[in-house]
Amino acid sequence: MTARTQATDGQTDRVAVIGASMTQFGQREGEWILDLLAEAGLECLADAGVDASAVEHLYVSNMTSGEFEGMTGVMNALAHDLGAIPAYTQRVDQTSSSGGAGIYAAWQSIQSGASEMTLLVGGEKMTHATTGESTDIIASIGHPVEYKHGVTLPSFAGLTARHYLERFDVPRESLAKVAVKNHKNGVDNPNAQFQKEVDLETVLESPIIADPLRLYDFCPVTDGSAALLFCPESVAREYTDDYAVIAGVDGATDTHVVHEREDPTVMDGVVKSGNGVYEMSGYGPDDVDVAELHDMFSILEFLQMEGLGFAEQGEAWQLVEEGYTEKTGDLPVNTSGGLKSKGHPLGASGVAQGVEIYEQLVGEAGPRQVDAEVGLCCNVGGFGNCVITTIMEAAR
Amino acid sequence: MTMEATRYEDGSISYPGHPRSREGTEPVGTVDLSEYTAEVVTWTTSTATPPGVREPNTLAIVEFDVDGEPVRAIGQVAADDVATGDEVRPVYVEELRESGAGIREPDSQAWDGYRFKPV
Repeated sequence: MTARTQATDGQTDRVAVIGASMTQFGQREGEWILDLLAEAGLECLADAGVDASAVEHLYVSNMTSGEFEGMTGVMNALAHDLGAIPAYTQRVDQTSSSGGAGIYAAWQSIQSGASEMTLLVGGEKMTHATTGESTDIIASIGHPVEYKHGVTLPSFAGLTARHYLERFDVPRESLAKVAVKNHKNGVDNPNAQFQKEVDLETVLESPIIADPLRLYDFCPVTDGSAALLFCPESVAREYTDDYAVIAGVDGATDTHVVHEREDPTVMDGVVKSGNGVYEMSGYGPDDVDVAELHDMFSILEFLQMEGLGFAEQGEAWQLVEEGYTEKTGDLPVNTSGGLKSKGHPLGASGVAQGVEIYEQLVGEAGPRQVDAEVGLCCNVGGFGNCVITTIMEAAR
Repeated sequence: MTMEATRYEDGSISYPGHPRSREGTEPVGTVDLSEYTAEVVTWTTSTATPPGVREPNTLAIVEFDVDGEPVRAIGQVAADDVATGDEVRPVYVEELRESGAGIREPDSQAWDGYRFKPV
């Protein structure tokens, strides 16, 4: 099998995204992982006008269907439910960055020539578990020396936020403004878990979860699914004139043991995957018109803005204060509402980031629409343990 | 009991130990961090703890100075109050978290260890 480099018209045949969908995110009572995956998958195929029989590769981004639901083998089950048999299937697990890793896998499948039509569906079913149970399942990514002390992902966020605020002399209110901004954006996303604004006072007076971070600094527990459909650009033109192209995608890892990182305020996986995606795409931070960042915790939006070169180290908070990342700012960040407002169904989140960027680039974002030709999404697994960054551009 | 860190061929030390250092060199020995004091780099108090974990759970990342080589560790704090920059010493605890209460297989890891107590 040869790598895909040329289309029939002699132009470089890039990897296109021709369809996207996401289910309602939130508490989906009575619906389980296979229901959610099928809903997003069918809607995505319908969005693109592609029959399931055309799907050659099917990837399912999912972290914990076994742990949460006792349901494994979801990729094969989904192929059956969609009518996509005998498509090649694979489950992609990279913890919270499973969705981004799915984008990478889907891109590889098309770019390599192995597939001419690849469907990616990400999903998770979580809300039937208690908060303690879901926190523990997610914390199980930790090293034994972390796990036995009861270290959770929210506690990593608290530890990092305190260090960031103290070291760079940052006002606590700046972190809260990330939550306020993303909730405001989420109002315009009909599929978001929360479609209501919160004010600064509400964020700052909400219960402490991991000091200095409070309830509204954290994303919720969420059920949901999202999907993207990929094909060579030459095939995309058979279906539509409005599509997006994967200009670059790259992934990187950082230490498994979080405290072993040289600088607690630098997510090296973000830096490395960002550098990789800029090199591959030929774009730089100044070229990005809209970004979806992994705001599982408010502090993560600062760390990704800095790791991706949108701000200098210790200065991202100033851009938030200036309104630079508002929907009307120079770089709108998390127009979807982000994980904070939209919700965070683990394996779906990276795919849903891609859905938002796709919709922005093809002009289907409705009231969330901004003027964008180039969009970036950064999907973080663990506490920066694995990171996938993707740049899409509108078809030209 | 010891709080065993690993020293590598390249001179670096890590807690916990790994089969290779960040630079890929082999382990050459161990260091008992319980014989040292450390400085608090940052801390948090977690109020939403998973099954089998004390609530609230104050945690700290601390840094030891082992003959000029910095070594960081994370752990529970054995005090109500702690602050960044505090000097702490490791104190042994037989069970940091109730084994079997969470998702992890109880026999797959140790559950005893060291909390950090301000000096």
